[in-house]
Amino acid sequence: MTLDLLTLITFLPMIGAGVVVVLPRKQKNLARYTALGFSLVVLVLTIYLLSQFLGGTCPPGNVPEAMQKAAAGGPFGFTCQHVAEFFPQLNAKWHVGIDGLSMSLVLLSAILTPLAILISFEVTDRVHEHMALFLFLEMGVIGLFISLDLLIFFIFWEIGLVPMYFLINYWGGKDRQYASTKFFIYTMAGSLGLLLSIQLIGVVAGTFDIPTLLATFPKGLNGAGQALSLPFAGDLNLIKGLMFLAFFFAFAVKVPIWPFHTWLPDAHTEAPTAGSMLLAGILLKLGAYGFVRFVVPLFPAEAQTFAPVLAFLAVAGIILGGLAAWGMNDFKRLVAYSSVNHMGFVVLGVAAFASVYNNIFTQAIANAADREIVLRSVSMATNGAILQMFTHGLSSAGMFLLVGALYHKAHTRDLTQFGGLFNLAPFYGGLLIFTSMASLGLPGMAGFVSEFQVIAGTWWIFPAYVAAAMVGLFLTGAYILKGIRAVLYGPTNDVWRGHHLEIEFREVLALTPLLVLILITGLWPNWIVQVINQTVTRLFGS
Amino acid sequence: MLLTAILVVPIAAALFMLVVLRDEQKTEVRLTAAFSAATCLVLSGLVYIEMNQPANLAAAATRAAQGLSYFVQQINIPWVPSLGISYHVGVDGVSAPMVLLTGLAALGGVLISWKIDDRPREFMAFFLLLVAGVYGVFVSLDTFLLFFWYEFAIFPMYFLIAGWGWKAIREYAAMKLTLYILVGSFFALIGLLVMYFVAGNFFAENPQNLAILRQALNNPTAPAYSFDFTHFEVAARWQTVGGGVGPFDLAGGGVSVARFWFPFVFIGFGVLAGMFPFHNWSPDGHVAAPTAVSMIHAGVLMKLGAYAALRLGVQLMPEGAKVHLPWIIILTTINVVYGAFIAYRQRDFKYVIGFSSVSHMGLVMMGIATMDAYGLTGAGLQMFSHGVMTALFFSCVGMVYDQAHTRDIPSLGGFGKKMPFVAFAFIVGGLVSMGMPGLSGFIAEFPIFMGLWAGPVFAQGAAAPLGLATQFFPTYNYYPIIAIISVLGIILTAGYVLRVVQLVFFGEFNEKRFPGITDVTVIDKTALVLLGVWLVVLGVYPQIMTGMLQSGMQPILTALKGG
Repeated sequence: MTLDLLTLITFLPMIGAGVVVVLPRKQKNLARYTALGFSLVVLVLTIYLLSQFLGGTCPPGNVPEAMQKAAAGGPFGFTCQHVAEFFPQLNAKWHVGIDGLSMSLVLLSAILTPLAILISFEVTDRVHEHMALFLFLEMGVIGLFISLDLLIFFIFWEIGLVPMYFLINYWGGKDRQYASTKFFIYTMAGSLGLLLSIQLIGVVAGTFDIPTLLATFPKGLNGAGQALSLPFAGDLNLIKGLMFLAFFFAFAVKVPIWPFHTWLPDAHTEAPTAGSMLLAGILLKLGAYGFVRFVVPLFPAEAQTFAPVLAFLAVAGIILGGLAAWGMNDFKRLVAYSSVNHMGFVVLGVAAFASVYNNIFTQAIANAADREIVLRSVSMATNGAILQMFTHGLSSAGMFLLVGALYHKAHTRDLTQFGGLFNLAPFYGGLLIFTSMASLGLPGMAGFVSEFQVIAGTWWIFPAYVAAAMVGLFLTGAYILKGIRAVLYGPTNDVWRGHHLEIEFREVLALTPLLVLILITGLWPNWIVQVINQTVTRLFGS
Repeated sequence: MLLTAILVVPIAAALFMLVVLRDEQKTEVRLTAAFSAATCLVLSGLVYIEMNQPANLAAAATRAAQGLSYFVQQINIPWVPSLGISYHVGVDGVSAPMVLLTGLAALGGVLISWKIDDRPREFMAFFLLLVAGVYGVFVSLDTFLLFFWYEFAIFPMYFLIAGWGWKAIREYAAMKLTLYILVGSFFALIGLLVMYFVAGNFFAENPQNLAILRQALNNPTAPAYSFDFTHFEVAARWQTVGGGVGPFDLAGGGVSVARFWFPFVFIGFGVLAGMFPFHNWSPDGHVAAPTAVSMIHAGVLMKLGAYAALRLGVQLMPEGAKVHLPWIIILTTINVVYGAFIAYRQRDFKYVIGFSSVSHMGLVMMGIATMDAYGLTGAGLQMFSHGVMTALFFSCVGMVYDQAHTRDIPSLGGFGKKMPFVAFAFIVGGLVSMGMPGLSGFIAEFPIFMGLWAGPVFAQGAAAPLGLATQFFPTYNYYPIIAIISVLGIILTAGYVLRVVQLVFFGEFNEKRFPGITDVTVIDKTALVLLGVWLVVLGVYPQIMTGMLQSGMQPILTALKGG
């Protein structure tokens, strides 16, 4: 078996988890640094992968001729592919590969995990298991992004729930039992429809191979309706419609799309700091990835019909998420709702994509000038949506890091208890303002670039919804400024005098890469947009 | 030879313990038991590896084209020729994993029972007899012998539960279990005898048929009346082997032997598999039994029922299967969902696991009832996966109970702090139970559901029989509805597993009530690892078993597809 880079990047964290768990119980620091070491090695390998991806120098891989031919003409082009047997009787293979979309998200995962592990150094109870779970989680998310087989995809989709459940349940806050169980059951129940649909696809198409399915499935159920006695009297439209809803629901719970977001505030708030960083930074992107990779490209017609609903839900998430965040007095819960608010922009971009993709797919736009405008808009919207995944990952991780840093020292997250902390912790204050501005979408920072692209791109497709979303941007400013004001400004609460609230070096060390990336992406987004654009240009053929 | 050794070793060890060893020689008893169980496990492994060889798999595939099974390690010695009983043993792709499972559960059970101090000699002896009986069913290719071993396994079970079980309900549970299973097997026996006489008459009355039979079996002196499985197989596949309608079917459909007697055999054995509504003996039986016996009971004994139902019911009477399984599948659906609901409500830790077994065996029978390549492969995988998983579960429950002396879920709590190894093992088992991908439970459940979507073979364009089935398929294939309903079982399982894990292993530990709790011994840990490792291996590398199962299920599929 040849050593494939993608497979290595996926399983190295798990090997690391195994190593960490068997280290001697007393050697807590050894466990911490070993875990950090493994995650840094994964980061280095990912950067190497990025260089190969950008340079087009991936090794040719061993995809069989038949599979390559079947996948030709699909909406996505994958490189660095590798195929191995997994479950031959079902025609499910270990098929991995990346394109621009998954590359950017793998990079995000590889960046955030070492930072989360570094933040987790403050945990003293059961250090080995704690660190191992982060590495386990890293395997889960990277494996998902690189999987090119639906069965493998589903395996990683579900398995990511396990480490996060235990991270929240054991090391979490007061309500951790409730929050972790709700998170687990809600997401798993949401995925049941996805499970059933994947099973049906496997039966009907005879394969689970994603590139093949993307190329052939939208055109029909491969004539299988006659050979099998499908339910609902073999009504293919109804079956596909239900499958679309099942796919939609599973990913909608994860993103999360309003009103299926209710697991998020509890899970984010009760999770330990590093857990929240990864939950908001990466796990939410799993759902958004599913939308861009599967929901729209596999079901273009159904997605187009559903697009206005999707846009409505996106805006609902933006506005209601913003309002909820504004109303919070728990700093962490405020940041949690801000995730609903920010992911709403991703969904808005996806809605634009959904609305238009079918026309592009079926080449239904006759007028060249119209085509030009539509393609430019939807490219921008999709680029923005994917970039928003990346930038939100960075900024929300930063925000949770800072909230956690303060909580670790003050043992409260109650905004009404804070006030005037700028005098007591000026460095922390500066970093909080910087990160908050990033979250707010201040021009010059990454958030602005992505949100601008989404807005500008979607304007030509859903003008009314975009106008409503702008209201949401106003709310974003409101809750961010509320947070800053309540914590840093105003009269200093005497309770805190004498407390050591200033941020630690380790926390600064973990935060700095995020802020640097946010600034660089804000000023020169091309470094990551060129990666994402490879997918978008291929998708829209422009 | 290997198979005979697998049968002889436990019996010899049991006799040695009962006759030679004395009550005080507890260490010798335990070592004898462990040694014999380990030997059987090694032999089972060898048999498994042999069946998994590409040459054997290829040979099986060739034979499956005719709808006939291919067995390795065969021994065929006539025993009572006038009645057609012979000592005929062998394994194929379906039974080899089961033999391996028995080996694992047996050794695990012996290791778990290491600390039993009340008459360990009798305990281990009965346990080994039970193990021998179970092995016997899986390797027997003579149906009389299969029955013999089937009943042989039930009696030690009764003594083990009544003698060493949970005092509160052990006599009641042992009696209920024995009676239920005996009555169930009685119905199956009737069906078997009908097949014996009908097939026998078919060959005895017509010398040409007898000649074709003898040629097919490659045995010039094969009797007309025989209990041999291969004999029945030829009769069942007469359409392909001999041309013309076989003894179990009638030309033009109608109520043939296969169609009338199939429910007797399938449901009769299904009782042992815990099929609704005859599952009632199982939860009490599980709870009352000592840990090792629960491991064998839920882990292997219930698979006996499924295996016999598949082998003697579906494989020998495919026409009957096609007519009856479409309604039997509804019973299995009730198993899956109802079992999960009830498991959720239990206060007693062991009852949760007991009802979870009812639920998961429902999935096995459902996989069989799909009559589809995917479903049957999934059923085989689920038999192995659930067997190992439930053995692991019961081990963990037993370990907690041994120290805490209670199984009341609300009273327990925080045991993960004191017994982290057990907690981890239980969590792995729990994840398998809810079908978490990456573990064997998912590998087993996924194809079963695919089988539901694909629908039964005859709905896919193959020859459909008259009766209930043709009325429904293909105009209204309700198997997908069953899939959607059964998926509820998965999320319910997740619910009750999380509930039990949180309430028993996480949370606050009551130091006052449970002083001096320690983690388990090395022997216990060995048992847990022995079982747990398979759940992970099969989850990430299913190929070690799927090919074999497919080769074993192929003849059944061919039989179902054929006219």
